[in-house]
Amino acid sequence: MNKLLFGRYIPQDSFVHHMDPRAKLVLSFLYVIVIFFANNWWIYLLMTLVAILSIWASKINFKLFVDGILPLVWIIAFTMLIQVFFGTGGHLYWQWGIFSITSLGILNAAYIFVRFTLIILISTLLTLSTSPIQISDAIESLLKPLAKIHFPVYEVALMLSIALRFVPTLMDETEAIMNAQRARGVDFGTGNIVNRIKKIIPILIPLFMSAFNRAEDLATAMEARGYQGGAGRTKYRLLKWGTRDTIATLIYLLMTMIVFALRFF
Amino acid sequence: MAITFKKVSYTYQPNTPFEYQALNEISTHIKDGSFTALIGHTGSGKSTFLQHLNALLKPSSGTVLIGDSAITRETSNKNLKPLRKKVGIVFQFPEKQLFADTVGKDIAFGPENFGSTPEEAHELAKKMIKLVGLSETLLDRSPFELSGGQMRRVAIAGVLAMQPEVLVLDEPTAGLDPSGRQEIMQLFTNLQQTQHFTIVLVTHQMEDVANYANHVIVMEHGKIVKEGNPRAVFANVEWLHDKQLDVPASTEFAFEMQKKGFRFDQLPLTEQELADDIAAMFEKRGLANE
Repeated sequence: MNKLLFGRYIPQDSFVHHMDPRAKLVLSFLYVIVIFFANNWWIYLLMTLVAILSIWASKINFKLFVDGILPLVWIIAFTMLIQVFFGTGGHLYWQWGIFSITSLGILNAAYIFVRFTLIILISTLLTLSTSPIQISDAIESLLKPLAKIHFPVYEVALMLSIALRFVPTLMDETEAIMNAQRARGVDFGTGNIVNRIKKIIPILIPLFMSAFNRAEDLATAMEARGYQGGAGRTKYRLLKWGTRDTIATLIYLLMTMIVFALRFF
Repeated sequence: MAITFKKVSYTYQPNTPFEYQALNEISTHIKDGSFTALIGHTGSGKSTFLQHLNALLKPSSGTVLIGDSAITRETSNKNLKPLRKKVGIVFQFPEKQLFADTVGKDIAFGPENFGSTPEEAHELAKKMIKLVGLSETLLDRSPFELSGGQMRRVAIAGVLAMQPEVLVLDEPTAGLDPSGRQEIMQLFTNLQQTQHFTIVLVTHQMEDVANYANHVIVMEHGKIVKEGNPRAVFANVEWLHDKQLDVPASTEFAFEMQKKGFRFDQLPLTEQELADDIAAMFEKRGLANE
């Protein structure tokens, strides 16, 4: 469970870490959208360079990013195989029933590989360099215009940050309960599928019990301290747009324009 | 059953930015039939040490000898079950591990996992619930209807039902009222004395250490910094304060008296000893005045 890197924040003193989380969130989205317009190697080269530049500016060890990709290797491989065997067009190398290997199929598989890798790199960069609380602040701030149509922006943001806050707590709890049941002779990871599912019950029930208890305690504590949400609440962490954010935005916009130029002209 | 640690180190999440060495070349011996207390500040490595006692964690380097099975880094995860039957662990707030729909089934869970028939396990449950001082009528109730103290006892009964040879207790009395605390500690000492259990107790209650333990291990920063009988360990009050650890209230009292000029041959550990020492002082003074 400790191997899970996604959602892990690594504190650092870097350009990327000091950026406004809103900028990071929006630019990551922009990157992911733009990459779907890529249709030749020049675009991929450019976007790879931008990704490498962003990672370099975060001062985070590149090995961590590789660790982030490894768990997803099978999904990438599976998607590539589908492209290779079912892709059509171009020169035909081999055919058997509905399966065929063509030059375009192989090319598309290669594109997909690069695309996947780049998307994972950029989203890992976002989560490694931005704490969950910053992300939820950013989402709240970006959703604010929706409050005009009575969308409960504040409540959604609160739910999000509470949920994020309790992920590590619940993981620790799961580990503690698993240890306790292991000490009582449960052997996780052996037996057939039915037995394995049966072994989850002694984890799930205590976990649910404690999650409900925690939720109730939290609600009581908030009420006892006179909590009320929404209008009139001020913020402890203020989001501030700085020069860094403008620079990063300009780089990403430039990248977007070049990609569109290469694609459409 | 004896447990021996030979140069045991343990590192959490090695080769990541979150790498953390919790145990650093620990060597010690827990004697068969002994009552060992493990004390140390939060984060000193007590819990990690504890999880090595029944191979929930395997050492990153070094060897743990549990009875005659050696656990090292290479030990396979299979075949650990017999070991876990011999070493029962009562974790902190054990009532959190309750899950079955009746108290009886929850107590029988351990024995059934270790191969008892449902009938045998049920008999064990009946026996154990009486042992922890609860009524047999509770066996058919849901564990979630019980009070906190009762739940704690049910969880302890669940571990005792495995009939372990070594009983590891991680702050078993945390959050209980004084009388509940005393009853539970009394239960464990009885088990040690009558059934020759080996007991390892992690606690912050120094009175419990003074009253029940015959061997004390003091841990700090993943190392054992002192080891010996309670009298030897509690003799140096200033050293323990330096490690942010308490001494029994009676010892502290005598220590303060010492500062005011009273003399003790050795610092008392329990109220009884303290009272005796003070009475002896009065007697001496009375004789001197006559």
